[in-house]
Amino acid sequence: MRYSGLKVLTEGLFGNKGWGPAWRDPSPKGEYDAIIIGGGGHGLATAFYLAKNHGLTNIAVLEKGYLGSGNIGRNTTIVRANYMIPGNTEFYSHSMKLWEGMEAELNYNVMHSQRGLINLFHSDGQRDYWVRRGNAMINQGDDAILLDREGVREYLPYLDFENTRFPIYGGILHPRGGSARHDAVAWGYARGADSRGVDLIQNCEVTGIDIENGVVRGVQTTRGAIRAKKVGVIVAGRSSQVAAMAGMRLPIESHVLQAFVTEGLKPVIDHVISFGMGHFYISQSDKGGLVFGGDLDFYASYASRGNLPMVEHVMEAGMTLMPMIGRAKVLRSWGGIMDMTPDGSPIIDKTHVEGLFIDCGWNYGGFKAVPASGWCMAHLMATGTSHEVARKFRLDRFATGHLLDEEGTGSQHNLH
Amino acid sequence: MRLKCPLCGDRDRREFYYYGAEDYLHRPAEGAPLAEWDNYLHLRDNPAGVLRDLWYHEAGCSQWLLVTRNTVTHEIASVELVAERAK
Ligand SMILES: Cc1cc2nc3c(=O)[nH]c(=O)nc-3n(C[C@H](O)[C@H](O)[C@H](O)COP(=O)(O)OP(=O)(O)OC[C@H]3O[C@@H](n4cnc5c(N)ncnc54)[C@H](O)[C@@H]3O)c2cc1C
Ligand SMILES: [Zn+2]
Repeated sequence: MRYSGLKVLTEGLFGNKGWGPAWRDPSPKGEYDAIIIGGGGHGLATAFYLAKNHGLTNIAVLEKGYLGSGNIGRNTTIVRANYMIPGNTEFYSHSMKLWEGMEAELNYNVMHSQRGLINLFHSDGQRDYWVRRGNAMINQGDDAILLDREGVREYLPYLDFENTRFPIYGGILHPRGGSARHDAVAWGYARGADSRGVDLIQNCEVTGIDIENGVVRGVQTTRGAIRAKKVGVIVAGRSSQVAAMAGMRLPIESHVLQAFVTEGLKPVIDHVISFGMGHFYISQSDKGGLVFGGDLDFYASYASRGNLPMVEHVMEAGMTLMPMIGRAKVLRSWGGIMDMTPDGSPIIDKTHVEGLFIDCGWNYGGFKAVPASGWCMAHLMATGTSHEVARKFRLDRFATGHLLDEEGTGSQHNLH
Repeated sequence: MRLKCPLCGDRDRREFYYYGAEDYLHRPAEGAPLAEWDNYLHLRDNPAGVLRDLWYHEAGCSQWLLVTRNTVTHEIASVELVAERAK
């Protein structure tokens, strides 16, 4: 069913009786050409592009819970293309272009809003860094505008410009940055994949990977064995567990990242804002809630909830930057399990098993990557070669020393 | 989360710096093959369950601690001084 303004209007006039489910609920077949393990944003986008770009439609997505029950429905939805180093910058630039065409491509409203992202800086050193990063963004063909203190004040008059401990020197405005509705991205790709014949199988946990003579043959699941010629592992925070089923030890440590939302308020914050001193970033959702977060809890964890010290830090940082939010009531906080790599960059690669591919290591930045990751993982699974914008996301780069350390913080999982 | 340091007692999580899994205690010998270094520096079991990892009591006794804990429930089973472990 195609969604359109006319359809909404006629359904509205006739009691909304004509809407059908957005996707089927099929039982698993005995065999597929390809299986995707994990029905998060990346897995669903991969299935969609396998079908759309490569004509592979005899495929299934196996999800242990319900579609979108993982990080895709837990993140703070920032979409940006402001990376600096070769390997990352072309990938996120490609992703941004896919975002800009996503709603038309999927015939789905993902509420993508390019409201502009402003990264603040608070010292000469930080300004130099951001000028350099802004130039890298411009060289890549994306946009960045340097704002001085008064320039920031024009956009964000409510910040605390009197703060002497962390003075606001200026910011980099990335006009094409913004946010989107996270669940809608999962649903849009799910619907798009389903309508091209992909089986989306929920409540189906993969419990084993069948390998014969170094070649993948299929998977074991809580809904029986399923054979497949190709298998893609796209399970975010659970990557180490699923890779272990194929005898692999990954360069990944799972960490918890928290986020917060307030009660709904009238429009007050028009941009996505990131504080340069202390970890705090914020935007306002279309429902009116202030959505904000900070850094990892900094130790390995699979608990989808965090600890109080990081809650306190985030609240303090927020109050330092914009005291006006002090009277908003926090409604909820939650956590998601992040697949942290030692250099903070992702992996989209083949494995030592023929026909087995892996897409993981998105750290806390995988939402913006959903379309390009799906695009590139589908390319890899269909053609056997890396897509040109993802060719540095190699699994063996830690062993060979070709790290992609965007922040330059070193080779340790919790430092990114 | 709180950790019970063998020297300082029950202390707030904020007093500790987190390093990572126990693997860091098993440094390869000089001249070991590259794969061993990769294993030591980057590759991890990353269990959803019992993990042994290294914490530094930065705002306390400045000792390195080996903590055995559950990554799903955040329960702490034991805290030992790295310095007192039999080599
Ligand atoms: C609090 C928070 C804030 C964030 N903010 C941002 C942000 O602002 N911008 C940004 O770009 N990124 C952000 N991220 C990161 C982003 O959400 C993730 O990197 C991204 O969603 C991970 O990819 P995914 O969507 O495929 O993961 P998931 O949605 O977690 O998908 C993985 C799926 O695999 C399934 N699975 C696991 N094991 C199995 C199995 N054995 N069998 C079958 N299925 C299995 C899981 O159930 C899950 O549904 C944030 C994350 C969090 C937690
Ligand atoms: Zn101590």
